[in-house]
Amino acid sequence: MEKYKKYFNLIYLIAFVAMVVVAYTTSKYRPESVSVLFTDLSWLGNWPKWLDLPLMPFLNEGFDKLIKEYGMFFEGINNFLLGLYTDMKNFMVALPWPVLMISVIVLCYFVSGRNTGTTIMVAFCVFFLGFLSPRYWDKCIMTTCIVVIGMLLCLIIGIPVGILMARNKKVRNAILPVLDLMQTIPSFCYLIPGILLFGLGAVPAIFAIFVYAVPPLIRLTDLGIRLVDKEVVEAAEAFGANKKQKLWGVQLPLALPNIMQGVNQCTMMSLAMVVIASMIGTRGIGDEVLLGLQQLNVGMATEAGIAIVLLAIIFDRITQSYGEKIQARTHNKKKLIL
Amino acid sequence: MSKIEIKNVYKIFGDQPSKVLPMVKDGASKEEILEKTGHTVGLDDVSLSIEEGETFVCMGLSGSGKSTLIRHINRLIDPTSGVVSVEGTNVMDLNQKQLIEFRRHKMSMVFQRFGLFPHKTVMENVGYGLEVQGQKPEERNKTAMEKIEAVGLNGFEHQYPNQLSGGMQQRVGLARALATNTDIMLMDEAFSALDPLIRSDMQKQLMDLQSELKKTIVFITHDLDESLRLGDHIGILNGGRLVQVGTPVDIIMNPADDYVKAFVKDVNRAKVIKAKIIMKSANESNGVDKKNLVKVQEDQFIEEFLPQVVCTNANCEVVDKQGNVKGYITNKELQKSLTKS
Ligand SMILES: Nc1ncnc2c1ncn2[C@@H]1O[C@H](COP(=O)(O)OP(=O)(O)OP(=O)(O)O)[C@@H](O)[C@H]1O
Ligand SMILES: [Mg+2]
Repeated sequence: MEKYKKYFNLIYLIAFVAMVVVAYTTSKYRPESVSVLFTDLSWLGNWPKWLDLPLMPFLNEGFDKLIKEYGMFFEGINNFLLGLYTDMKNFMVALPWPVLMISVIVLCYFVSGRNTGTTIMVAFCVFFLGFLSPRYWDKCIMTTCIVVIGMLLCLIIGIPVGILMARNKKVRNAILPVLDLMQTIPSFCYLIPGILLFGLGAVPAIFAIFVYAVPPLIRLTDLGIRLVDKEVVEAAEAFGANKKQKLWGVQLPLALPNIMQGVNQCTMMSLAMVVIASMIGTRGIGDEVLLGLQQLNVGMATEAGIAIVLLAIIFDRITQSYGEKIQARTHNKKKLIL
Repeated sequence: MSKIEIKNVYKIFGDQPSKVLPMVKDGASKEEILEKTGHTVGLDDVSLSIEEGETFVCMGLSGSGKSTLIRHINRLIDPTSGVVSVEGTNVMDLNQKQLIEFRRHKMSMVFQRFGLFPHKTVMENVGYGLEVQGQKPEERNKTAMEKIEAVGLNGFEHQYPNQLSGGMQQRVGLARALATNTDIMLMDEAFSALDPLIRSDMQKQLMDLQSELKKTIVFITHDLDESLRLGDHIGILNGGRLVQVGTPVDIIMNPADDYVKAFVKDVNRAKVIKAKIIMKSANESNGVDKKNLVKVQEDQFIEEFLPQVVCTNANCEVVDKQGNVKGYITNKELQKSLTKS
């Protein structure tokens, strides 16, 4: 690696020149011959039309090809996720509302380690969702289903990737720039490829949630594992723990507070994303905000806004209190404060 | 064949150790290397052999490479160059699976900063070595309980490490290492956090254990008295180099250089020299006055019989456990051994 570092600048230069040449030769605005450029210097004034990297047509072509060749594959994913979503939603909608409410409260009670304060707060929030407007109950269920499925996807893929990164420096170096990219692209840019691949509705929202919310989970899993005291890991090795025993018995339990922090971040970002996703016709509580906006109905938008905040509090309290409970149990004092 | 054999081991920490190795081999010092290349020399041409059943004590100032050395023996650290062999097998030749077996059954380790698992109770910590070997909970808890009692922590077995004091945590680490009952024990400053009472108690326990079980122990300490008390051989490290290896008496009587001299300067000789070391053997002590004699065990330290000798102005008769006369000590030998060189 070290050896090649000095060639990097050269590679950059070559790549840049190649791009300029490609841009020039593919542009329809280019002058008849290159020599004109040296006699007529007017192109130095405004940005010349021929100096234009043809990224857009290139990406569009690539995307078309992707859909043509792997359409079946995406269709499969789409059907699977849609089926999951519909079943889950129908089940929860069909439940009488008191039963669902009590289930959430009971879940919260046990997950938070029988913390009554948190449970009462969550109970109030759940009740207020329907209390604000009866329409909200079913819409919140839809939103919740999307968030939960998106979260599951994040967990299933994010945690193993985080573990791989912590174990292998090369993997980490390869994945970190991808995560940076995923986090810097504005969140609703993910909606467009989502629509193209999966059509309108819940599935592109799940896709967008995954891309948007998985980076912090991956990062915190990786960091959490690497922050585990080196001597503790050495102790496991010295007594002959194999890789599996080391990971499951020592590294993951001690990284759990940080991983839970990642899960919490992940939920909050999912919720933010699912509200934005209402712009592409994803049904849920986000609709109400959009509707209020379109009708310039301040009361409606605010009411829906409050419902979203309540939903966020419910998610946050449940995931956070689970993390705190684990932390109290593992006595791990090292925790990243975000 | 020695139990543990370390031959010409170099360890350099940094990005490109192999590039720096020739410089170190040419004799550049640790400071020079750090300044010129940014690499840290952990070990610099260390060779030693440790016999079966002995306690080898490793001493040196902070940063001299003691922990680095001990980590080579169970291959927590790979050497940059050189060979570490245990019972004749080069540890670098072991594959992943063999290495795990080797660590499970051949040796156990006590860590300088304890290395306890914060999410496991004392009992689970102590039983960890057995757990990874796949022993059933009932069985391993029984063994763990025995060891917890041996280090005097009964009643704390269901507490978590952060509920214990530093010294208690260290004893948990000790019990954990004892639980797997391996031939070789690596003890990195195993007693450093203990108070003087428990410490001397632990030292005594270790010596008793040693006389019974004859384990091979590699022991790291900062404390000269401790090393003299426990060690059959002592190795002294300075800046990654092994400057002297010898028996405790060797080290005190003939320090190899100023560094070692500084180390042993303040030692209380009466406390560390045993009767059998300074005695004249029975057949070459014809001129000794044998009328006025004090009986001394061969393993007693000078300090233990000195008051008696001074009060009665007598010579000593050194006997072994069966009561056979092994030799004599006169004032002349006493004086010679107690004067600082
Ligand atoms: N993982 C590491 N990376 C870089 N340098 C290291 C590493 N481990 C040890 N060193 C260096 O190796 C040298 C020896 O360290 P070591 O831990 O063996 O010292 P020690 O003799 O055990 O000291 P102490 O008595 O303080 O425990 C030190 O200069 C240290 O900076
Ligand atoms: Mg050390």
